[in-house]
Amino acid sequence: MRRDLPLMSMIALLVPGAMLAQDAGTGAPVKRGEYLVSIAGCHDCHTPWIIGSGGPEPDMKRALSGHPQDLAITAPASVSPPWSGAMNPTSTGWSGPWGVSFSANLTPDPETGVLRDFTEQQFIQTMRTGRHQGQGRQILPPMPWPAYGKMTDDDLKAVFAYLRQVPPVKNKVPDPLPPKP
Amino acid sequence: MAKVIATGEGSGSGWDRRSAAVGAMLILSFVVLTNVPAIPQPATSTPPSTLQETGLYADFAALQVDPAHLAFAPQYPLWSDGATKRRWVSLPPGTAIDGSDPEAWIFPLGTRFWKEFSFNGEKVETRYLERRADGQWLYAAYAWSSDGRDAQLVPAQGKRGAYKLAGGRSHTIPGVADCKACHQGAPSEVLGFGTLQLSPERDAGAPHAEVRPEPHVDLSYLVDKGLLVGLPKDLLDAPPRIVAATATERAALGYMHANCGHCHNERGSLQNIGLFLRHSVSTAGEPAIATTVGQPVKKPAPGQSPDAVLRVAPGHPERSGLMQRVSSRYSALQMPPLGTELIDDEAVRLLYRWIAEKGASSQQAHVNEEGE
Repeated sequence: MRRDLPLMSMIALLVPGAMLAQDAGTGAPVKRGEYLVSIAGCHDCHTPWIIGSGGPEPDMKRALSGHPQDLAITAPASVSPPWSGAMNPTSTGWSGPWGVSFSANLTPDPETGVLRDFTEQQFIQTMRTGRHQGQGRQILPPMPWPAYGKMTDDDLKAVFAYLRQVPPVKNKVPDPLPPKP
Repeated sequence: MAKVIATGEGSGSGWDRRSAAVGAMLILSFVVLTNVPAIPQPATSTPPSTLQETGLYADFAALQVDPAHLAFAPQYPLWSDGATKRRWVSLPPGTAIDGSDPEAWIFPLGTRFWKEFSFNGEKVETRYLERRADGQWLYAAYAWSSDGRDAQLVPAQGKRGAYKLAGGRSHTIPGVADCKACHQGAPSEVLGFGTLQLSPERDAGAPHAEVRPEPHVDLSYLVDKGLLVGLPKDLLDAPPRIVAATATERAALGYMHANCGHCHNERGSLQNIGLFLRHSVSTAGEPAIATTVGQPVKKPAPGQSPDAVLRVAPGHPERSGLMQRVSSRYSALQMPPLGTELIDDEAVRLLYRWIAEKGASSQQAHVNEEGE
């Protein structure tokens, strides 16, 4: 188990390099977006994880639908130094100094999808500024928007185009929880 | 750097691997979040490393501002946690602002703006805008040393803890991305120096109204000096003012124009929200009333109460979504979402009064209609 940590860390560090190595001009935007979403780790947090036959895996029946609405978390995790954060088993709830964040429903569900009110420009600006719709409240950790914000406009447009056409999943993600006083 | 542990039931080595992998990614995220500045667009140039180099002062040792720069004060100031502000503008000699679009003045290349923020008499920061040769605006902020004798460029990601405020909060000098989040959301990137803000018909009821510094810059002054050209004549003949039912409403609309309208307007990227709080000097009607009073909240913010179904519920400020958001500093709910750590109590009282009075005026209108 322990030997896997350096390997996975290296994979995480190499992801941006892998992305840069791709030719941004090849393929239709949706295919390009699917590719980027698959390598940029979006499913790691935005798709609930389950125990599959081979171990933990993203539940692709609920792909990109965010933290399950029926999975209640009511308070930040209690951890002791040197730890400062925790995640839940579906990898969709994250606790830290910011409180508790729940991964958003990125599917185009017209009632519960977080991007339902986003324009393409707002999506790009959100990745650039780390703010909701580019100008609003801060996006909470661990969303690595500073890394994704370095994507080209074309790549971010491709990601947005892909997300707009994935199967919609109705799932109302709960609001974030504030940190302990 | 933060670290995480996994909670919940483990189930053998699969979960261990999963936890390790995601943990590594979270650690990476924290490294990225804490060390890398977020810049929405490539910077057009590197700002000067000191405030002195921007040319604000004729004599920096004496902190004497160059008398060639014009001091000004907008009639509706932006709330910045109670900071006292001083502002200056400088146009290159022989140039003028093009005011032919009164909603979006065009400033000559080389225009410079400065805004100094002080708390309790202590200078904390000075923000700087400069229109570069390529037409882009350069954004910078300078943090003052504790002795008030030096001001150095703040890194692009901003500076937290710049000054201790009440309630354990502290003033944050915003990063470039946050500066642009507001300044690039309106028709003009320059906020606070435009047609309504410099109207000679100043609103005495504006929250935190400031006395105009010498030489009393307003529309007439700028036109008379040849510094503003093309402004439609009717705006000089009848200086713009917000037409409102009451003095309270005028001040409330003016406050929202200055504190909310740079993002919530009909031309910016948030126009699809349909919330227009920016006053237009070119068109009749008041979008801030049309898009708030009796209008449904489109998407409740985290922490908003379920009974706040309207943006402005006439007569019921406590049930108005707008009221709940300006009265909060919970980061997911608060409005404005950046640039302020403390609730603007004076504005909250004003908006509360306005919404309460809207209820009375609505009832009176209803009675009048029935009586006809």
